Amino acid sequence: MQTRFSFGGDDHIFAEVDEAMSLEAFFKSLFITNAVRDAKIKGVTEICPANASYQVKFDPDLIKPDDMLVELKRLDMAAGKSEPVIATRIIEIPVLYNDPWTHETLMRFRERHQEPNGTDLEYAARINNLDGIDTFIKAHSSAPWFVSMVGFVAGLPFLYQMVERKRQIQAPKYLRPRTDTPKLTVGHGGCFSCIYSVRGAGGYQMFGITPMPIYDPNQNISYLRDFMCLFKPGDIVKWKPIERAAYDEAVVDVEAGRFAPIIRDVSFSLTEFNRDIDGYNRKLEGVLHGH
Amino acid sequence: MAIKVLKPGLATTVQDLGRPGYYHIGIPLSGGMDRHALTAANLLVGNPEGAAVLEAVFMGPELEFTDDAMVAVAGAELPPKLDGEPRKTWVSFKVKRGQKLSFDFLKKGARAYIAVAGGIDVPVVLGSRSTYALGALGGFKGRKLEAGDELPVGAATAAVKEGRSVGEELRGLPMAMPTELRVMPGLYWHRITDAAGIGFFSDTWKVAPEADRIGYRFKGGKPLGFVPREPPFGAGSDPSNITDACYPYGSIQVPGGTEPIVLHRDAVSGGGYFMVGTVISADMDMIGQLQPNTPVKFVKVEMDQALAAREARAELLAKIRSSLNSSP
Repeated sequence: MQTRFSFGGDDHIFAEVDEAMSLEAFFKSLFITNAVRDAKIKGVTEICPANASYQVKFDPDLIKPDDMLVELKRLDMAAGKSEPVIATRIIEIPVLYNDPWTHETLMRFRERHQEPNGTDLEYAARINNLDGIDTFIKAHSSAPWFVSMVGFVAGLPFLYQMVERKRQIQAPKYLRPRTDTPKLTVGHGGCFSCIYSVRGAGGYQMFGITPMPIYDPNQNISYLRDFMCLFKPGDIVKWKPIERAAYDEAVVDVEAGRFAPIIRDVSFSLTEFNRDIDGYNRKLEGVLHGH
Repeated sequence: MAIKVLKPGLATTVQDLGRPGYYHIGIPLSGGMDRHALTAANLLVGNPEGAAVLEAVFMGPELEFTDDAMVAVAGAELPPKLDGEPRKTWVSFKVKRGQKLSFDFLKKGARAYIAVAGGIDVPVVLGSRSTYALGALGGFKGRKLEAGDELPVGAATAAVKEGRSVGEELRGLPMAMPTELRVMPGLYWHRITDAAGIGFFSDTWKVAPEADRIGYRFKGGKPLGFVPREPPFGAGSDPSNITDACYPYGSIQVPGGTEPIVLHRDAVSGGGYFMVGTVISADMDMIGQLQPNTPVKFVKVEMDQALAAREARAELLAKIRSSLNSSP
């Protein structure tokens, strides 16, 4: 992987670690952006890791664009040599798959979809050669996912499934984007899942909904009082399929301020993960449930 | 003191110079789309340059003042009226308690900045008073103004006289027709053919109706042809797709190769569309003053030209500063 650098106007540098998505490319982007943050370079105003690329915004009155580029290239070279281990968190996200709200929405926008006579779940199951919705939900929720980027809108996580490429779920976006998506929809486009942090337009396939808010600009939600966005790039997510009763209960608990998401600190090694993916994922799930 | 909103205008929001530092979690800079006009409006009423003001787009609000105030309107030619009497843009004027500020029809430009001595005193969220409506964050209750809102105003820091003004040559508004937006090609420029690259810069584009604080869409140019490729894993099958990446402010994405979108202050921070380049920082303010249907040409520039343009822009503001500081 040879990083490709480009100026984005006179005040951004855009760096593409790789054209294709991979955990290796994501780790490199995460490492370099951490290194840029630690380097405290004068004039840097935004440091943004993305799936397989990253971006730095700077004030060209404080640092010359060419000097900024030299700094980034130096950090990029160094980051390629470090051991791919990160200290991060694993977070359990309850999901009501096949829920009534995304169902209502997907029916409303059916003429914009590849399969007008089915649902997004049925379509995704079929094109991924999975035998029905239940098998699909199992495939979606059994392995953990990396938050490989946060953005588009405030607090929205892009998630990358932690399995070999041939097992990864893939699905195209809607033919034409919807003008509406329920808040907290769990969606999927390309190889990425996401959680819509706010209600609004969207083009990802819709699989379900979580009762657990992930963005609260008023910071009333108990676990979002320290910061209004839950996710950071590098977080690990484990979906937990739930039934309607558990969903309703969780909504009430969130309202009452007693919903406590399961979040554990964990160290992640890409080398060890690649050695035994399923074994490593079982270990991560063990951490989540306290053993 | 406070300002009562009698009529909200089309999409009037509280803005300052923005909220840097949170783009990596999808919270954009926000702030005035025309930062030069916003800063000038503040200087006219003796405010700190980054005080919060009202940004009105296309149509002004109607406001009632609960106390005496010094006010200035800069940016678009949206003529202010005080109890029906015309006042000039780019000139500070006194408002007496109980008076009503309204606006005539828009004559030129798109966004006017209404500064009040003391600044609009909404709570500071993540370091800024700017409104980010998509995320319901900051500003007045995270949204555009509505009739019945009451905006708190801070205490004026410096008493200035009425009649302070900014000359036409220092306003930095778009002059040429078609408006020229200078662009540094880059990012995913290599995805389009040479012919498409030539067409992009030689065609005349027009501002589409979909033009807001998130981005400005343009239409009327030839669709861009793509260099063939095997889609990389994660990018998606459309030739305009990339593995979802960050979007620079001012970056020009062209979904499907048809209509370029220039992202602005409330930008979506990333996504899966390729970009052909970026509008230079000096020309971002100008975009905020473009009305739908305005003809636009993208002009190719290099880094040194971009930096020279940035310096020229800073010079304009320096001249406003020194002229106003010498007249109380």
